Amino acid sequence: MKAASWLGERLDLSAVRELIEHKTVPVHSATRWYYFGGITLFLFGIQVMTGILLMLYYRPTVAEAFESVRFIMTRVEFGWLIRSIHSWSANLLIFVAFVHMFSVVFTHAYRRPRELTWLSGIALLGLMLFFGFSGYLLPWNKISYFATKVGTDVAANAPFIGPAIARFLRGGEDVGAPTLTRFFAFHVMILPLCAAALIAVHVLMIQKQGMSTPPWLSASSVRQMRFFPNFFLRELMVWYCALAALGALAAIFPWELGEKADPFASAPAGIRPEWYFLAQFYTLKLIPSHVLIFEGEILGILGFGLLAAAWAALPFWGVDRLGAARTRLVTGAGIVMVSYLAVFTVLGYIK
Amino acid sequence: MRAPAIVLLLAPLALLGQQAAKNSCLDCHSALDGAAQRPSLLSKTDVHTVNGLGCADCHGGDRTSDDPSVAMNPAKGFIGKPARTAIPKLCARCHSDPDFMRKFRPQQRVDQYELYQTSIHGKRLASGDYTVATCIDCHSVHDIRQVKDALAPVHPLRLPETCGRCHADSQKMAKYGIPTNQLADYRTSVHWNALKIRGDLSAPNCASCHGNHGAKPPQVESVAAVCGSCHVPFGQLYQKSVHEPIFSAASGGGGCIVCHSNHAIHQPSTAMLEGPNAVCSRCHDPGTPGANAAAQMATWIDGLDSSLKQSEAVLTSAEKYGMEVSDAQARIGDGRENLVKARLALHSMQLSEVKKPVDAGMAIANETLRAGQAALREKDFRRWGLAVSVLLIGIAIFAIWLLIRRIEIKGGHWRDAGAPVPK
Amino acid sequence: MDQDGRQGCCGCEKSREALAGGAVASPNSEQSRRSLLSWLVGGGVAASLISFLYPVIRFLNPPHVTEAAVDEVSGGKVADLKPNSGKIVRFGSKPALLVRVSDIEWKAFSAVCTHLNCTVQYQETTHQIWCACHNGTYDLMTGRVVSGPPPKPLEEFAVRVRGDEVVISRRA
Repeated sequence: MKAASWLGERLDLSAVRELIEHKTVPVHSATRWYYFGGITLFLFGIQVMTGILLMLYYRPTVAEAFESVRFIMTRVEFGWLIRSIHSWSANLLIFVAFVHMFSVVFTHAYRRPRELTWLSGIALLGLMLFFGFSGYLLPWNKISYFATKVGTDVAANAPFIGPAIARFLRGGEDVGAPTLTRFFAFHVMILPLCAAALIAVHVLMIQKQGMSTPPWLSASSVRQMRFFPNFFLRELMVWYCALAALGALAAIFPWELGEKADPFASAPAGIRPEWYFLAQFYTLKLIPSHVLIFEGEILGILGFGLLAAAWAALPFWGVDRLGAARTRLVTGAGIVMVSYLAVFTVLGYIK
Repeated sequence: MRAPAIVLLLAPLALLGQQAAKNSCLDCHSALDGAAQRPSLLSKTDVHTVNGLGCADCHGGDRTSDDPSVAMNPAKGFIGKPARTAIPKLCARCHSDPDFMRKFRPQQRVDQYELYQTSIHGKRLASGDYTVATCIDCHSVHDIRQVKDALAPVHPLRLPETCGRCHADSQKMAKYGIPTNQLADYRTSVHWNALKIRGDLSAPNCASCHGNHGAKPPQVESVAAVCGSCHVPFGQLYQKSVHEPIFSAASGGGGCIVCHSNHAIHQPSTAMLEGPNAVCSRCHDPGTPGANAAAQMATWIDGLDSSLKQSEAVLTSAEKYGMEVSDAQARIGDGRENLVKARLALHSMQLSEVKKPVDAGMAIANETLRAGQAALREKDFRRWGLAVSVLLIGIAIFAIWLLIRRIEIKGGHWRDAGAPVPK
Repeated sequence: MDQDGRQGCCGCEKSREALAGGAVASPNSEQSRRSLLSWLVGGGVAASLISFLYPVIRFLNPPHVTEAAVDEVSGGKVADLKPNSGKIVRFGSKPALLVRVSDIEWKAFSAVCTHLNCTVQYQETTHQIWCACHNGTYDLMTGRVVSGPPPKPLEEFAVRVRGDEVVISRRA
């Protein structure tokens, strides 16, 4: 390719050439799970592109946010499509990110030397959740206003630093105009920059270290498929499917506008956060208001914090002294975690 | 309203005063039984008691003495149980005295007795008929409450029942030859529905139209004015219409009640204009200009109503498909206003006046219907667009699959065996 | 795919026969099949990309219509309304009443009567806001109920004059 050789004379493309020629993917019963990292990245790319397009028309002020989203949905050509894809893809992205994480857990790909990949991945998952939380407020409708109120109230209950965190998030004492400005800044600049850096780390490490083989297989004897063009073509098919699914969701179930937020109105009945926060939300509801001398909510948040820290530290307690994966322990923990999240999310919905 | 505040401030003093100033009436009568005891039990909640007045202020006598012969001495003004015919004058002793009433509530009216004397009740009482209503029949006695007190017999929600105690009793009304169906009729009316079910205390009860102290059924010349005091534009249109002189000359009451009834006022509809229960056909024979006009108005109004409903249905269906139609839905509100105006305009009894809002409303109905249909077409366009892109994606996926099959037939996608593999 | 990972042909018997010298597809048809496939892949991918890019390009083209009313609405030109007169203006999805009290003073309220949601109007003779449905009256300067059935006052809006245009907005 003429362009490639022109660039090759000026830049050292040897690493890229290495990758294209030699990157392989192990082929075994769990190979299908290798797709999920790519799908997550693809959906993130969709979010960036549709997000940039939406920014051409969105206005992040209390007076105009709702109307600008309405304008996008009703007046801008294909605005309904871009916005609905952005909202649906956000949900799909978080779901697929969880699937990707759990597939890493169950194939034990977190073990040495991939600890940093795991840590950057957990950080990215946290970022995606914060992306979701901040983006949810931007349309400034009743549900998003109250979901943000509930969410920041929960954050305020963290021990010691809680109220400071809540004030920082809200830009004041209550959810209002400063909150919207702040969340917009998080959503379109601060979080994307952090995510870009972490994605770069995460993906570079994968290229450097290659794909992990599950511990129940011998790395040297398992078949390897060339990444380029074979696995890549398959990934392309999967990405196309994801795109078709997004288009269908956007066309058949367009994302609703809701009603403009009214801070003076009372919260609509049955207000609850988006599905990806439901498990924690429901758990907090179950905890009694006082446990011994401690306030239930504070204990709950502390518990979540500790759980998150323990989960992030998985590469360290999930392997034995020799660096081999404690497969039974980790698989068990993974099953417990998935079950907890799935069951409590469903409970949060139906209760 | 400083009087209640002053009374509130003084109340503790009054209590002190009461304790210091005896009320021997209560002291003795509360120790008795039956009818003699009742007033002392009831008077605890009486508005007069709260304001520091006592038994002797109405019945006379000396409240400071425990000796019945002194306490109930006619020389001390004791009048015992007053005759029914004397009651209004007794109440008026204070309630018609503006200087006295000013001590308690300066804003309160003092013309009740004067009005009462002009009423049917007052006139009959003056001629010796003691079975008619006096103050205590409506306001109760010994446990008199303010009108705004929900337990008062003259509270807006309880007033009809209070009037009905006599006026719905056929035995009591027999000697006057007055019908007794008013309460039952009123209970079927929109006004009672507004009061009772919607809780709108501004809705009319018996006293709103008939007056309370000067109660008298509105005469023919007043009916339209009485109804028109709330339903202003209707009254104005009616007064200028051809019906006004005709109805006024008719017997049995005139004005609005000819079509709408006096007590059994129901939600009006175009069924009143045309159909088996129409009121117009009571006078206008079929085929006459009047009947034709009524039929035309009914057709127009029904047509506008159903057109608006049709537009609403299309918009709701578009909304269910996820289309944004809130602007058009808000416009339907304008259309409904025109429907209201049309229903108002028919009281002028002129087709040309009804046509104007109907035409404006139909224009809106058409406009919103087109908007709804456009939204549904857009929905179809989106689904076709989706089908096309899914088809193209399917072709692309199929093509890639074929490509994969082709390049992998030769097995060149496997890594050389034995080459170093990452961990 | 080959079961033991060696380079070679796939498990398809026909291909094996073909390579062994049986009926072999001629190089020309092989070539045309390959180019047909390239066309299919290229065409499919290109067509699908166009079906994605088409909406994006249309999206980038700003619409002609100006935006709908927000928390702020134009009440028309100053000269449109004479002193001691009022008019109804659409504010969001509900009507608002704009009254020019004098040359320099303006008042605006929600025009939805708090009794049964009829649209109120300005009465020039009494300088009051009046509802024709059941004779409810509101005070012009405060929106409070003067007489009649309405239970609550009218919500007041802020009015500003910008140049020759009157602007109605929700009060903070």
